[in-house]
Amino acid sequence: MEKNSLLIDDEKLLKENGFNDHFHEHHHDEDPYQSNFFSKYVFSMDHKMIAKQFLITGMFWAVIGAAMSVIFRMQLGFPEESMTWIKPLLGKWIVVDSAGVGHLATEFYYALVTMHGTIIVFFVLTAGLSGTFSNLLIPLQIGARDMASPLLNMLSYWFFFLAGVIMFLSLFASTGPASGGWVAYPPLSVLPQASSGSGVGMTLWLVSLTFFVVSVLLGGINYITTVLNLRTKGMSMWRMPLTVWSFFITAIIGLLSFPVLVSGFLLLMADRSLGTSFYLSEIFINGQALDNVGGSPILYQHLFWFLGHPEVYIIILPAMGISSEVLSTHSRKPIFGYKAMVISIASIAFLSFLVWAHHMFMSGMNPFISNFFVIFTLIIAVPSAVKVFNWISTLYGGSIRLNTAMLYAIGFVSMFISGGLTGIYLGNSAIDIQMHDTYFVVAHFHIVMGVAAFFGMFAGIYHWFPKMYGRFMNETLGKLHFWGTMIGAYLIFWPMHYLGLAGVPRRYYSFDVFDTFSQFQSLNAFITVVAICTFFLQIVFIANFFHSIFFGKKVTSKNPWKSNTLEWTTPIMPGHGNWPGNIPTVHRWPYDYSKDGFDYIPQIQPPLEGETTESH
Amino acid sequence: MTLVLLLVFTFLVLLVLLRASKLIEVAQSLKNPMDVRYRTSNIQGIMMVVFGVLFLVGVFYYNFHYKNYMLGFGPHESASVHGVDLDHILWITILVTGFVFVLTHIALFWFAYKYRERAGHKAKFISHDNKLELIWTITPAVVMTLLVFSGLDVWNKIMPDIEDKSELVQLEVTGFQFGWILRYPGPDKEFGARNFRLIDGTNPLGQDWSDPKNHDDMHVSKIVLPKGKQVRVKITARDVLHSFFLPHFRVKMDAVPGMPTYVIFTPQYTTEEYRQKLKGVPEYMVPSDPEDPDGPKKWETFKYELACAELCGKGHFSMRREVVVVEPEEYEKWLKEQNSYYLQNIKKKEATPKHEASSDDVSANMEKMLSEGAGAIKLEHVHFKTGSAQLTEDSWPELTTLAHTLKAHEGLKLEVSGHTDAQGNDAANMSLSQKRADAVVIFLKKSGIGNTILVPKGYGETVPVASNDTPEGRAQNRRTEVKILSESH
Repeated sequence: MEKNSLLIDDEKLLKENGFNDHFHEHHHDEDPYQSNFFSKYVFSMDHKMIAKQFLITGMFWAVIGAAMSVIFRMQLGFPEESMTWIKPLLGKWIVVDSAGVGHLATEFYYALVTMHGTIIVFFVLTAGLSGTFSNLLIPLQIGARDMASPLLNMLSYWFFFLAGVIMFLSLFASTGPASGGWVAYPPLSVLPQASSGSGVGMTLWLVSLTFFVVSVLLGGINYITTVLNLRTKGMSMWRMPLTVWSFFITAIIGLLSFPVLVSGFLLLMADRSLGTSFYLSEIFINGQALDNVGGSPILYQHLFWFLGHPEVYIIILPAMGISSEVLSTHSRKPIFGYKAMVISIASIAFLSFLVWAHHMFMSGMNPFISNFFVIFTLIIAVPSAVKVFNWISTLYGGSIRLNTAMLYAIGFVSMFISGGLTGIYLGNSAIDIQMHDTYFVVAHFHIVMGVAAFFGMFAGIYHWFPKMYGRFMNETLGKLHFWGTMIGAYLIFWPMHYLGLAGVPRRYYSFDVFDTFSQFQSLNAFITVVAICTFFLQIVFIANFFHSIFFGKKVTSKNPWKSNTLEWTTPIMPGHGNWPGNIPTVHRWPYDYSKDGFDYIPQIQPPLEGETTESH
Repeated sequence: MTLVLLLVFTFLVLLVLLRASKLIEVAQSLKNPMDVRYRTSNIQGIMMVVFGVLFLVGVFYYNFHYKNYMLGFGPHESASVHGVDLDHILWITILVTGFVFVLTHIALFWFAYKYRERAGHKAKFISHDNKLELIWTITPAVVMTLLVFSGLDVWNKIMPDIEDKSELVQLEVTGFQFGWILRYPGPDKEFGARNFRLIDGTNPLGQDWSDPKNHDDMHVSKIVLPKGKQVRVKITARDVLHSFFLPHFRVKMDAVPGMPTYVIFTPQYTTEEYRQKLKGVPEYMVPSDPEDPDGPKKWETFKYELACAELCGKGHFSMRREVVVVEPEEYEKWLKEQNSYYLQNIKKKEATPKHEASSDDVSANMEKMLSEGAGAIKLEHVHFKTGSAQLTEDSWPELTTLAHTLKAHEGLKLEVSGHTDAQGNDAANMSLSQKRADAVVIFLKKSGIGNTILVPKGYGETVPVASNDTPEGRAQNRRTEVKILSESH
């Protein structure tokens, strides 16, 4: 560690060795882009502020989405208990019977399940995760002043905000919000006669998500352009941190898949309001035969899952990138197999477009076609396995700082293993006959893309909080938060495998009707109790977050984690343009930890005398 | 009030936590920062190992604990022939993934502890190893290939349809909100034609009665299947997506409106044989009704069940039908006892002479209501089969008379309302009452009502006229009413 004093000082390197892009000649004393409250905090075009906006909006939605799950879990865990106490909040959706016992209305149970999925998948784990960290880290880690188009970047946030406002309003529709599941399969989602949530709630859902896609596309174009064009001198593609690689590839997936979802939505809207029959055929409902013939509900499923499956990688790749970076930094070791990691991300991204119909093995699709999707689905397990082995090897021989960020990164690997392995069951169409639409699926995707992605996000928040706010989050609360969430998440979702193996279907309001499914009341009650505890623990995190913004321990040095990447060469609270003078030039990859006796060698250090060279 | 208390309590707890944690932070900042870090890493490293051990032990303990509930394990052998292969693939997958799960988790938690930051310990610079990468690319690839091909082998054996249907037991299931209609083809072994536009209160499947193949088709209340015979189920949906799920048989297939789907399977244990397998297993030796400790045991009341596995609306969770597997002789006997739907419900009805007595009442009541311009009349003689929206034949005369009365008036707008008693699930009652009102309106329209507008509306159990505690009161609550909405339009 002492040897690190031999390195040249950052400031000096930036001054003498940095790249002068004449930034200061355009910006004199005052900053025209951040001159007042509105342009600084609200309609900001600074990528760092936009990142914070995405994060805090994502946290708002995470609380709403998680609170919804707590409410429907109470119904599942304690169906006999009265819920009248929550009537002030839910109003008519708590139906009080003659004995004074209040139950969650069935329509609203399904609305809660639907909105929980939609909110967490799109608003929290897509916008809140990729939106936050792509914005924060891409310019900082590639040595750029800002995004390629700060204006589009700002619009990206405000389209997300608009989507959020519309979705929020839909919660108050008198017929209830959308309640056909987050996948919104027609004909249920088309016909208000079939479900009250398919009325105005569904319309708002579709409009909201269309705006959301606009936001994702504006953001994605920007991320891709920025990575391709604004890398600083010396920052070749093979010198980018894995975070940037994962954000870059995530943006490409999003750009290619989200428009297909919108096309599916447009046809759905046409069926809903223009009398077309894309998805409708031979329907008799509410005492009436509809005119529609010739459509196919399966067409929608193809269009939906063409986004829907890449979407899970849109969620998990940024978490993988963040965890890779955090694991390497806090193990004081290079990420094991950097190139293999990049190739894995790229092949996962490519394969993610060839596996969508594994969600549809039981849809009535030609079973012969399933053969191809089984093969590609199980192939995708190979790069995923490679990544897991590389993460574990990164820990091997390290000197691991077990702070909260690192704990979350390790937790991420555990969750990704546990949830990823059950994907092998579901991707195999023969096993999926039994498992499809049971609690086994719920367990699988909650662990692998719900909890794992949240863990990646938490690792990122704890790790980059000092860069965002110039203060640290409280470590004691952080560790309480980690262990509680780790134990809680496993206690909630692991038992669901058993429910699934016993055949219990998902999306059931009550299990009493069936002898086969009603045997697990005590297990359901247990899951609910743990879910409530884990939910309240997340409030501790939120309190820690906001408290630390104002009262956290101050960051005193530019590089508190002794990290190699460029964001730590900026001032503690970087202003507009990130570097006050020259932008840094890059001379090496970002993972020179513990090399040749140096604890770390930042990317801006030129080759050192007597340094061993490796082909990176 | 509870809500407010909850919020205040949460806020107070948070305040305490924030203060306490800040104190710890301040106390730590007074010590040597490296000591604090080493100590933290030590504690957290130990916790990683403790967690890892408890986690793995817990997983194995609970796998064993729930063994007798899980299908494919303990006494729960597959009730169908193909399910045996499917369970086999499941076991192989569990073994393979279980091995990887344990190994990676041991490495993960052990490394986190072993290589924790501590005084005098330095990290090694290990950046990559192409040989290792090659090994852990090829090994999963080979294992996956084996799993894929054994899985697809089973899949392709299970899924193909069969051309020659003469030797099969055939059954058609139709999902609707919220239930299943079960149809057997009758002695001709062929299903009659259906057209969704022909669906009405008396013809729930829209069977075309001009197709003679329909005349021997039977509607039944539970699925009965012979052991050891191949069964082909044709699956359709009337309104939205449903999914035909027989958990004990490893059978699942979506029901898609406008596109029939199929599954083929062979039951290998009768319901009675399956009960015998459960007998003696501790989990199934308990009373099936906890309120009644001396009643039948769980294994004695075991039933195969049909469930819906695709979200289809608010009653999705209630779409249950019983499935019974019996010996082939018993099946033949049961089949003979079933009646043709056409002969029993359609043909017979047309032959029934009209019942004149009740007609005058409804006509007089209707005229009275119309002259007063307001109020509602109850249709005294309109009845339905229990739990269904199918009009019983004694309802015909009153409805026919009512239709004649309506035809004689111009520009009426009436509401036809269905009401149920309070027994059973609220949502189901609501949907049933709506369907009953629909059935009445469809019947009236077919009888001819001039330019009268009829609005069917189900009220479920929400508007009782008598107590739901006595059978008489419940009979009064189950009713159909007609009400004037406006006299001209």
